[in-house]
Amino acid sequence: MKRVTLALSFALAAGLSAQAADAQTLKTIKDRGMLSCGVSQGLPGFSSPDDKGNWTGLDVDVCRAIAAVVLNDPTKIKFVPLSAKDRFTALQSGEIDVLSRNTTWTVSRDTSLGANFTGVTYYDGQGFMVKKSLKVNSALELNSASVCVQTGTTTELNLADYFKANNMKYEVIAFGTIDEAVKAYESGRCDVFTDDSSGLYASRLKLTNPADHIVLPEIISKEPLGPMVRHGDDQWFDVVKWTLFAMVTAEELGITQKNVDEMAKSDKPELKRVLGTDGNLGEQLGLTKDWVIRIVKAVGNYGESFDRNVGAGSPLGISRGINSLWTKGGLQYAPPIR
Amino acid sequence: MGDEARKPPPQVALKLRRALGGKAGWNGVAVQLVFGAILAWIAYEIISNARTNLETQHIAAGFGFLQNSASFDVNQTLISYSGSDTYFRVFVVGVLNTLLVSVVGIFFATLIGFIVALCRLSPNWLVSRVGGLYVEAIRNLPLLFQILFWYLAVLAALPAPRQSVSIFGAFFLNNRGVIVPSPLGQPGLAPFLAVLALGLVASLALRSYARRALFGQGRVIRIWPYVLTMLVGFPLVTMLVFGLPFTFEFPQLKGFNFAGGGRVIPELVALTVGLSTYTAAFIAEIVRAGILSVHKGQMEAGSSLGLSRGATLRLIVVPQAMRVIVPPLTNQYLNLTKNSSLAVAIGYPDLVSVFAGTALSQTGQAIEIIAMTMGVYLLTSLITSAIMSVYGWRISRSLGA
Repeated sequence: MKRVTLALSFALAAGLSAQAADAQTLKTIKDRGMLSCGVSQGLPGFSSPDDKGNWTGLDVDVCRAIAAVVLNDPTKIKFVPLSAKDRFTALQSGEIDVLSRNTTWTVSRDTSLGANFTGVTYYDGQGFMVKKSLKVNSALELNSASVCVQTGTTTELNLADYFKANNMKYEVIAFGTIDEAVKAYESGRCDVFTDDSSGLYASRLKLTNPADHIVLPEIISKEPLGPMVRHGDDQWFDVVKWTLFAMVTAEELGITQKNVDEMAKSDKPELKRVLGTDGNLGEQLGLTKDWVIRIVKAVGNYGESFDRNVGAGSPLGISRGINSLWTKGGLQYAPPIR
Repeated sequence: MGDEARKPPPQVALKLRRALGGKAGWNGVAVQLVFGAILAWIAYEIISNARTNLETQHIAAGFGFLQNSASFDVNQTLISYSGSDTYFRVFVVGVLNTLLVSVVGIFFATLIGFIVALCRLSPNWLVSRVGGLYVEAIRNLPLLFQILFWYLAVLAALPAPRQSVSIFGAFFLNNRGVIVPSPLGQPGLAPFLAVLALGLVASLALRSYARRALFGQGRVIRIWPYVLTMLVGFPLVTMLVFGLPFTFEFPQLKGFNFAGGGRVIPELVALTVGLSTYTAAFIAEIVRAGILSVHKGQMEAGSSLGLSRGATLRLIVVPQAMRVIVPPLTNQYLNLTKNSSLAVAIGYPDLVSVFAGTALSQTGQAIEIIAMTMGVYLLTSLITSAIMSVYGWRISRSLGA
């Protein structure tokens, strides 16, 4: 772990000194023919490799959509698995073009890290998981508990805030990776494992006996998770941002992987604009006219990707909840494509 | 005139050339200057470019972040620390935790290493084979794997807090660590400590006096009755006069865990055990080599003087072997200190874990934090080497080499 950080820091020092001030990420990727995408080290539903080594997940789909619009091939991606503490250094140093790794949008990350969040792929909140045998029903009963957590996350900070605010004592044991933290929780070193609640459900699947553990009802924080790019390249920032918005817009307009070709023949002005049969919105972004078609063909619309990776169609079975479209009472809302 | 000794030409320039340029002469000096200039230029380019690019990307730079509040907690702190303290305090907490595990690890590694080495050299077949087995098994397995073994395998075998193994109802062993009664100071503490310290100083003075008398005049002075009186007798009397110096606070099971008492966290235990057993295997080989480097005639001479095997080793062989042992031993001490950064794998809050880990990713100031962390390891290693060099030099001097 230390070696990775060290290597990245050197890369950062070297990269920062080599990089031109106005980085042209889009052009670099096209020249390279490959998108370099930072993902997690294995969080089912968001980014994890399957038994054939293919990366899948909601965060991975964002990478695939970007590769589709830029390179017209959703497989031309180099996935770089990163621990929570190495992820920002990798982005700053130019090791990756985009960080799509269940990362919480906060003001300090948006400013002092030199990065921009491009939107929200998943509205999450932090929760607690405990063993059923402890007979705990609320997070407020956790006084004097030992808590396992992944180091370098907002989770670690929220945890400190929550116990302080509720005047409870606790012991924190912080691990470098989520797997180490889960292993220590399972071995009984901690009473509680805390993470974003989507992460809790994902980690629970990895336990020997998932039914012996419950997720407590309290959600103690706001965790809007989304992709990140470096400061200083507005064009690239726009591409990543609008790729995400296009996925949400596609769901709004009912464009799916199945009907996308049919929809492209439609006469409706909005569909024509979005799918590029009218106007040149894609070209304004530095992409092609059919950019939205490419996205939907590669990964489907936002709803399809959600269902396949974390929702009803996946082992996680998380309900849409606040991640529904705004038209259905949720928070997913894309600015108009026009 | 001719018989006056001819003076050699002044050699200042020659000597200077020799000192600066070595065998290559002035050319060597020029090469060095050019090389130095290139290095300085590269360093300047890297620093100034990094600085400009940090600025254009609006990445925070500088050491101002050290004054900001860290707002995360650490589970083992040698100084008082809470989430509202600064990043600088986190740094100090990390440094102290690293030093703690290094010092304790070095102590046990040396102890186990010497014991194993003596086992391997033992004439007893079984003992020497057990020593050999230890060395071969331990040094051929990866350290990270061993640390994880001590942490996960041993942790899994320990009971939960509510089923703790109790020793006399005062010590408890469970998967949260070892819980021990913690001493609480009482009014009698100050006089007790004062008398104890005084006794210690007087005993040391007495010992050095007795040794001088022994070596200088061949007089044997029996000092132990005085030492016993000063170290045990007087403090006991003080206790009778001023009352108990401290009482113990016993741990009580409360909620999820024990409240009160002190606790050694399992991460510290696992890391110390892993590091010291691993390094001990290397130290054992170094010590064995050192002892074997002393001619066997020394051992025989000791026996012929009627010294026991232990006494011969202690008084004659080991002091001579130390000269060979100290330099590679220093390497092992440095390795142990640096290897303590593997702590991050088992959640022990050492410098790399809390500062180069958590603090780095919360602030994103990789360059500053990694530089500080490297500085600490460099400084620790240099200090360790300096101490060991002085020790090695003293041994060489005392052996007249």
